[in-house]
Amino acid sequence: MNLPEELKYTKSHEWVKFIDDTTALIGITDFAQESLGSLVFINLPQVGDGVVAGETFADVESVKAVSDIFSPVTGDVAEVNTDLEQSPEIINDTPYDAWIAKIENITDTADLLDAADYEKAVEEEN
Amino acid sequence: MEKKTPLYDVHVSSGGKIVPFGGYLLPVQYRAGVIEEHMAVRTKCGLFDVSHMGEITLRGADALRNLNRLLTNDFTVMDAGAARYSPMCNEQGGTVDDLIVYKRGENDYFIVVNAANREKDFAWMKAHVSGDAALEDISDTIGQLALQGPLARKVLDKLAAPESIPEKYYTCVFDGSVAGIDCIVSATGYTGEDGFELYCAAQDVEKLWNAVMEAGAEFGILPCGLGARDTLRLEAGMPLYGHELTDEISPKEAGLGFFVKMDKDDFIGKKAIEERGAPKRKRVGLRVTGRGIIREHMPLYADGREIGVSTSGTHCPYLGCPVAMAFVDAEYAAPGTAIEADVRGRRVAAETVKLPFYKKVR
Repeated sequence: MNLPEELKYTKSHEWVKFIDDTTALIGITDFAQESLGSLVFINLPQVGDGVVAGETFADVESVKAVSDIFSPVTGDVAEVNTDLEQSPEIINDTPYDAWIAKIENITDTADLLDAADYEKAVEEEN
Repeated sequence: MEKKTPLYDVHVSSGGKIVPFGGYLLPVQYRAGVIEEHMAVRTKCGLFDVSHMGEITLRGADALRNLNRLLTNDFTVMDAGAARYSPMCNEQGGTVDDLIVYKRGENDYFIVVNAANREKDFAWMKAHVSGDAALEDISDTIGQLALQGPLARKVLDKLAAPESIPEKYYTCVFDGSVAGIDCIVSATGYTGEDGFELYCAAQDVEKLWNAVMEAGAEFGILPCGLGARDTLRLEAGMPLYGHELTDEISPKEAGLGFFVKMDKDDFIGKKAIEERGAPKRKRVGLRVTGRGIIREHMPLYADGREIGVSTSGTHCPYLGCPVAMAFVDAEYAAPGTAIEADVRGRRVAAETVKLPFYKKVR
């Protein structure tokens, strides 16, 4: 399973990359993009929106389905990756480079797993 | 408990992602994915397992009379080997199912119905036929494949002699032979492309599938699942029972008036359809002009009020954009009308367009 060691993961298949103590990038894992299939649309949050750990803040769509993305952290949306609007399939191609949002003023996180624990959790799910 | 078609193991070993549909377990896609499968059908060819569809025979001296009474289309003038599409209505003018009738011979019909409605249709027909008209549900004995795409004919030519292949759209050869297997070969499909539907004995369908996949390999054939089946029929503007047709929607409201022959003596639902008068809502196509994907059951707005609802919709691979079908108040049905859809709480701009969205390249 493709799982960069330096990232943290959630059971709902998001990854988090902390840039400093209160700033992080969020995306979805290789397992998630593989399960969803080719993405054709993304609903990004607005810059300035508040996000809450464990709650949905964006969604992606494949041909067949809409899937919510849950924020791993509580904070404010500092930036969104607008490249994804034109080409959501970038997430399928490079899920760990295709960050969805940058969150700042982080005050809380959901349960975060390291790569090994996330891999175990996925294996148990299946 | 869902049933399996005879090709279940083949689907699993081909990498099919199995989902429940119409009481059956079928692949929504294979390894290539919905988009690639859709594009294969539009540019080369694809093969679908449609064995879940229902097949009902109607035979007897009163078969034609009963057919004309059960169905809205007129079957009086029909050659043997012809296929004809028709809605089947209830007494309120709503739709029980939409189906295709094949004429094998005088008073001898082979009727193909939607998988999800097979038991309902058979019970309905049994309750409404009279006289010398024997109905039999032979669905479990029949396997069916759909071979669709511009190269479908080239694939079939490798497996079947010319006398087994119908030349005209909406005709069939009843005693055809494909890859040495007895087949009804029908020039029909649910994709908007050239292609064929092949009906054989259930115990032969795995052999037929393998033969077609092998013959199609040089043409780039892909196995295609339910996902692509839906995106293809949507691009082609074709209705799907349960979406554009229901037991409350009349075929006239769904824009299928051509298949409702009001000058027939009588048919079930005729009076109710007359009484309904001109449809207040019409089926239209929608093209998204804003950002978002309109799916089914989304309310539509114009001039500050709700004027319709979507019935199907998704991102369409060939067109490269989201399209939807919807019922809107008649005054908003003209092509080019700007409307808004409520997509999970957000308004998305769209405009009405004529159906179909896609017509095959000639």
